[in-house]
Amino acid sequence: MSAAEEVVTEAPAVEAVPKRAMTLGYGTSLVMLALLIAAPLFVKNFIIFQLTMLLVYALAVLALNILTGGSGQFSLGQSAFYAVGAYTSAILMEHVGMNYALTLPIAGVICFGFGFLFGQPALRLSGVYLALATFALATAMPQLLKLGYFEHWTGGVQGLVVTKPDAPFGLPMSQDMWLYYFTLVVTVAIYIFSVNLLRSRSGRAFMAIRDNEIAASAMGIDVALYKTLAFGVSAGITGVAGGLGAIAVQFVAPDGYTILLAINLFLGMVVGGVGWLPGSIVGSAFIIFVPNIAEGISKGLSGAVFGILLFLVIFLVPHGARQIAIVAQQLIGKLKKN
Amino acid sequence: MELFTNQVLAGIATGAIYACMALAVVMIYQAIDHLNFAQGEMAMFSTFVCWQLMQWGVPYWGAFLVTLVFSFAGGIAIERLLFKPLAKAPILTNVAGFIALYAIINSVAGLIWDFTIKQFPTPFGSSSFLGSQLISTHQAGMIGVTLILLLLLFFFFRFTRMGLAMRAAASLPESARLVGINTSWMIALGWGMAAAIGAIAGMLIAPVVFLEPNMMLGVLIYGFAAAVLGGLTSPLGAVVGGFLVGVFENLVGTYIPGVGNELKLPIALALIVTVLVVKPAGLFGRPIVKRV
Repeated sequence: MSAAEEVVTEAPAVEAVPKRAMTLGYGTSLVMLALLIAAPLFVKNFIIFQLTMLLVYALAVLALNILTGGSGQFSLGQSAFYAVGAYTSAILMEHVGMNYALTLPIAGVICFGFGFLFGQPALRLSGVYLALATFALATAMPQLLKLGYFEHWTGGVQGLVVTKPDAPFGLPMSQDMWLYYFTLVVTVAIYIFSVNLLRSRSGRAFMAIRDNEIAASAMGIDVALYKTLAFGVSAGITGVAGGLGAIAVQFVAPDGYTILLAINLFLGMVVGGVGWLPGSIVGSAFIIFVPNIAEGISKGLSGAVFGILLFLVIFLVPHGARQIAIVAQQLIGKLKKN
Repeated sequence: MELFTNQVLAGIATGAIYACMALAVVMIYQAIDHLNFAQGEMAMFSTFVCWQLMQWGVPYWGAFLVTLVFSFAGGIAIERLLFKPLAKAPILTNVAGFIALYAIINSVAGLIWDFTIKQFPTPFGSSSFLGSQLISTHQAGMIGVTLILLLLLFFFFRFTRMGLAMRAAASLPESARLVGINTSWMIALGWGMAAAIGAIAGMLIAPVVFLEPNMMLGVLIYGFAAAVLGGLTSPLGAVVGGFLVGVFENLVGTYIPGVGNELKLPIALALIVTVLVVKPAGLFGRPIVKRV
């Protein structure tokens, strides 16, 4: 009853975003960076913590953006990779006594491997089927973390408490502020890495697969390799975000990494604009602050208010923050001409 | 052996729940090519409407019919108001829309009827069926209703003009428009029918899982799994998939040591993913051929 034959020349599920349109110009990037550096100097510790989480989620949304916006694969399972990263960091810090900064690359590498392996069976699936498979992964993860076998390491249902690091070299900074700057450095480094990745040969291969898989393979791109690679890179970055998140929250527990987290990350990507990397931070702001705003408007109906706000966003700007950025750019262009 | 038959029977009884939900999922997938994440919440809301009518003194079958009409109209209204404007938007935006709808319905139902668990009556009674301890008359009735629904849908799509028009609109919208089918209304009709089937599923499931705003969450996950397992293009596949998932879930819980209730869901899902990897179109679905 539905189409038994799909014409490949139809628009692909994920829109084609040209390479140049994926990032911001140098000037705008520097202004953003300056804002992010200056922000914590004027606010209270709790808000600094929220800003740290903003960066952490932005990193996770960015990872999903590389997977979906870059290579055109869906994932509702990002929370699983986030959980693995968080637990890796927490276990290394608490059981092995490793320095927090050193745990992050290890979390990244482990998640890269995990994602790469998961990408293998996912290769045969696309669209809703891939969404279901990743969804299964996300629902299974909290249950696996609760298992008795690993309880010695994971702390079971209770989870693990993580100690918050102090600022090094006797810097006169609160723990929250130090952690914020530490996260900012990691985030900026990964952002630059991602931008360059998408501009490289591998990035072009991702985008070719996204736009037309058959044409890409005809041009000699190893589709299987690049699809699994995209999964691996995305999982690795999500893992680093998970590790940072665990350090910031100072606590890991299975129920913190349910399917809800994966859905939130997905919403963040849509609101920020699929395939537009700077949108990740806008999407992250949406998923962190909008539920609070909704709660402020009405306690009993916070879910409904959140839903209505989300509908407003997708009705007014179906392409997310990217659409706003493009309109703004055109306006500025016009002003310059006059 | 007796343990095995008993577990299979019990599995079929729970499978009927999933089969019902899977039918609604397939219905909407046929019409709009998306999985509707808010399907379970729409069904839950309909069930609450039925409950409210009965609280006001309407007899069961009266309330049942009114709820069906309400759900059908509600489904069409949601499509016209919220999703028709999004028809040209990217798929991912549509999915975000479903999530938003989910949040709205769940929260509104919670506000109107609060989160306490409510009893929901069954028209079939709950004594044991044919002397078996494992399957109650309600569960037998549920299986019966699911099969009748499946038969009705089959006749609707196969032998009526409207059914043919809906199939045409779903498979080749351009050509369907050229022969004078109003494809936009066919989509709305698909939403209405899916909402009505979902309402039936909700009203049958509620006596088993009890009525509350979050009752559909688990059911919907299994319903999706069943629909995907059976093949998203086939109503028959959805029903068979539903029964298979139910039976499978029970057998895993019985025979694999160390699998408590905690691990049932992950293992069931893992096996479904395995099936998909081997046969990506599902058991009864037609494989999609790509033309370059």
